Amino acid sequence: MSAELAPEELLIATVADMLDGLHHVAVGAQSPIPGSAALLARARSGGSLRVSMLGSEAHSPFTDGGRELFDCAAQGRIDAFFLGGGQIDGQANINLVGIGDYPNTKVRFPGSFGSAYLYLLVPRVILFREEHTARVLVPKVDFISAPGVSDEDVHRTGGPHALVTGRCVFDFDADARRFRLASVHPGHDVDEIREHTGFDYDVPDVVPETSVPDATTLELLRGRVADEVAETYPAFATRVFGTADAA
Amino acid sequence: MSELFTSVEDLAERIPDGAKVALAPDYSGCSMVTARALIARGAKDLHLIGVPSVGFQGDMLIGAGCVETLETAAVTLDEYGPAPRFMAAAKAGSIKVIDGTCPAIHAGLQAAEKGIPFMPVRGIVGSDLLKHRDDWTTGTDPFGEQDGPLVLVKAIQPDVTLIHVPLADRNGNAWIGVRREMMVMAHAARETFVTADEIYDGDLLADEQLAPGTIPGLYVSAVSQAANGAWPVGLFGRYGPDDAHLRDYLERARTDEGFASYLDEFVYAPKAAE
Repeated sequence: MSAELAPEELLIATVADMLDGLHHVAVGAQSPIPGSAALLARARSGGSLRVSMLGSEAHSPFTDGGRELFDCAAQGRIDAFFLGGGQIDGQANINLVGIGDYPNTKVRFPGSFGSAYLYLLVPRVILFREEHTARVLVPKVDFISAPGVSDEDVHRTGGPHALVTGRCVFDFDADARRFRLASVHPGHDVDEIREHTGFDYDVPDVVPETSVPDATTLELLRGRVADEVAETYPAFATRVFGTADAA
Repeated sequence: MSELFTSVEDLAERIPDGAKVALAPDYSGCSMVTARALIARGAKDLHLIGVPSVGFQGDMLIGAGCVETLETAAVTLDEYGPAPRFMAAAKAGSIKVIDGTCPAIHAGLQAAEKGIPFMPVRGIVGSDLLKHRDDWTTGTDPFGEQDGPLVLVKAIQPDVTLIHVPLADRNGNAWIGVRREMMVMAHAARETFVTADEIYDGDLLADEQLAPGTIPGLYVSAVSQAANGAWPVGLFGRYGPDDAHLRDYLERARTDEGFASYLDEFVYAPKAAE
């Protein structure tokens, strides 16, 4: 294993560590890094972790069409899922719709996908957004595609577990309704994170560095997992792992 | 061939301006060949329903000015990045976007297929989506087993479901395998138009292995044979997306002029040459 650790590989390994011990992880659209993380966690699970990847023919078990993932989630059959956002705020609200006064948005995002539903129903939702800037991590989102927290009377079995960015990992404290800085990736520091984060969050006295994957994990990632992820995300797999581009 | 069978151009004629048209996402069954025919005939004011999202098909129809309203959970070109014509139209305010979420779209179609006016859906409470939808509301569990609000979505009945499938037979049965969102779409819509890569020589419903993944012809109004009809997006189990072509599309669709040149080359010129 001679090649240097790619930033994407660190993120994949970090997310994969949050999935160990789970039974069923689902991955939505446009999620190459979470998808790779889920496949890595599966490869390490000895067969106990099931992965359902939207857009994949080889790694999707569903036979009842687009609705099945959602029906599964409502029944509690999915342990973890991933969501992102054009904006994410300090209460873990996410915005996948646009910037500005909806519907007259100045910048339009792709749309909410299944977030408004899955965020309330999947116990461990990992927020993932590589871009860590004050324009993404804002004090308050312009549009709530899916709320980070809900009132007592709302049926809610799921919610945010952590936020992973290109610079750090935050945990989410649902009672305090706030993020807490959990670890900082190698090469980044606490001050830099403060500078590039638009919302308030808690910082413990000692903030550890995000642990880097060991040689065994990297070998698995660059071998089996790279091949598996290439089926759904060929361009990503070629760029990060150098897999042959099938196209 | 029975009178079920017709040309792609005829399918495009039979989708009237202003129709509510349900479309599958790019990874399912997209009748791109009919989308091009709709653009060629100058279709206007369509109300597209992404089930649950649209991709290149939606972007192209929007860019060509065929769309008045887009009802969808998202517009996504997956790894290819943001949808250029959708973004331009959203910025210009030239289309109305009805923002939804995947399970609510599936549930609305399920209500229509059952012939009931609405369907309860989990989640969504607390999302701003709810504030902007006059066809969604909240209620409570009439049996009292669950406290708190429950979102109710109005039935979605498309005028037309338009899909592309690998196989259809002479009775209009259309094989979709596990892409069963297309089954719900066909059940829910007033009419379903199908293009098929290949005509199956036999009865798909007579084959125990194929029948469970087959939309029965009773829901299908018309079929057109169109080899490679999903191109340039892929068709499950058959072919992948045409990567070079889609990259060319993206490059051109960044500007109005570039997009016009794309339509000239791939929609209008082939049509004129017929």
